[in-house]
Amino acid sequence: MNPDLAGEILQLTLEHLTLVLVSMAAAIALAVPAGILITRRAAWRPWLLGFANVMQTIPSLALFGFLIPVPLIGGIGKRTAIVALVLYALLPILRNTMVGILGVDAAVRESAVAMGMTGRQLLWRVEMPLAARTILAGIRVATVTTIGTATIAAAIGGGGLGVFIFRGIASVDTTQILAGAVPAACIALAADAGLGLLERRWTN
Amino acid sequence: MSAVVEFRNASYRIGAREILQGLTLSVEAGETLVLLGRSGSGKTTALKMVNGLLFPSAGEVLVDGTPTTAWDAVRLKRRIGYVIQEIGLFPHYTVARNVGLVPQLENWEAPRIGARVDTLLGQVGLDPEQFAARYPAQLSGGQRQRVGVARALAADPSVLLFDEPFGAVDPVTRLDLQKQFLALRRELGKTAIFVTHDVREALMLASRIALLRDGMLELLATPREFLEAGGAEARAFQACLDWKVDAP
Repeated sequence: MNPDLAGEILQLTLEHLTLVLVSMAAAIALAVPAGILITRRAAWRPWLLGFANVMQTIPSLALFGFLIPVPLIGGIGKRTAIVALVLYALLPILRNTMVGILGVDAAVRESAVAMGMTGRQLLWRVEMPLAARTILAGIRVATVTTIGTATIAAAIGGGGLGVFIFRGIASVDTTQILAGAVPAACIALAADAGLGLLERRWTN
Repeated sequence: MSAVVEFRNASYRIGAREILQGLTLSVEAGETLVLLGRSGSGKTTALKMVNGLLFPSAGEVLVDGTPTTAWDAVRLKRRIGYVIQEIGLFPHYTVARNVGLVPQLENWEAPRIGARVDTLLGQVGLDPEQFAARYPAQLSGGQRQRVGVARALAADPSVLLFDEPFGAVDPVTRLDLQKQFLALRRELGKTAIFVTHDVREALMLASRIALLRDGMLELLATPREFLEAGGAEARAFQACLDWKVDAP
């Protein structure tokens, strides 16, 4: 392999990883608290789930495109790409957080309350540990999806491994497409395996 | 004798449905009051009013002379032990952590909690060395229920509430648990309110039986008086005792 290509693969892989990590951190920071909130306020449930749902039904390339003219979060570049990836990753995390917490055995919750746990103690000592596996499964799905979707960031100047793919498509150069697709697939597989391991470790 | 728990004309309503109507009843220190009744008679509702899981829609319930509405909700619950049929042990905690939970919430020091857990497990007939480190999933139904009782006793509550605690175990284990309950009562002299629909269990465990029917107190009697009592509902429960299998 020519050394220039190897160098570029490394650089774009790191860029790709950065996009994914920043997006996932933001998505978790938004969706987990929102998921907890909708277990407390049932009236907000259809609105927040509906929003996340709609975000995910927008075709990803279109979502990136829609954001370009939006002030503050929009424009060309990494910031817009991250916003789009976050919006895209919300649903599985939000939904799994809600399902995980609501799935805690009613008798367990009742005894926690009857033993005089405060709302916060109930959440952190009982509900979150018991929901952890489900929440982590949501994060895992979102992460794997985000690694793939992040290749589209290149379409709006967000960088990452998608640069190879778009360049390869434009110049009908399979090597270039593979230079983007293979590392992206490897990252996705590694993330899936790693988070799967964590999921099992955490809950035993 | 002084009333530890007092219902004063306490009612509970959901919409137009009266679950409990004007219950007036005192529970004296050290006694075991059994709330007996059919399903839907309001006995669990009455029980949940004691530790503030529910509040009366009319009237009041007093614990140690103070209405439950005036108690700090968390303080009240930590003073009262609660055992339910489904037990509700925390599946992610060991037996020791389950039992030591309220002391831990009350910020006891670790060695004191450890000693307390060992004592309690011994009192409910479980060897601490064998059981403290296990998880609830590794216990039998009867063992789990013992852990549930130990957990309820942990912070030395002034009142214990039992909601059909032995309803889901086999009859042989149930008898063991009932005997354990009586032994604990002799040893600790705790005030207890015990909900059941099993008239044998009521007669075996009660100092007094409060018979509920359709949300109203039908009869308040000692077990001996209960056996002699008139009234359709009391007779219906007495009849459950009379039926015997004829020898072939």
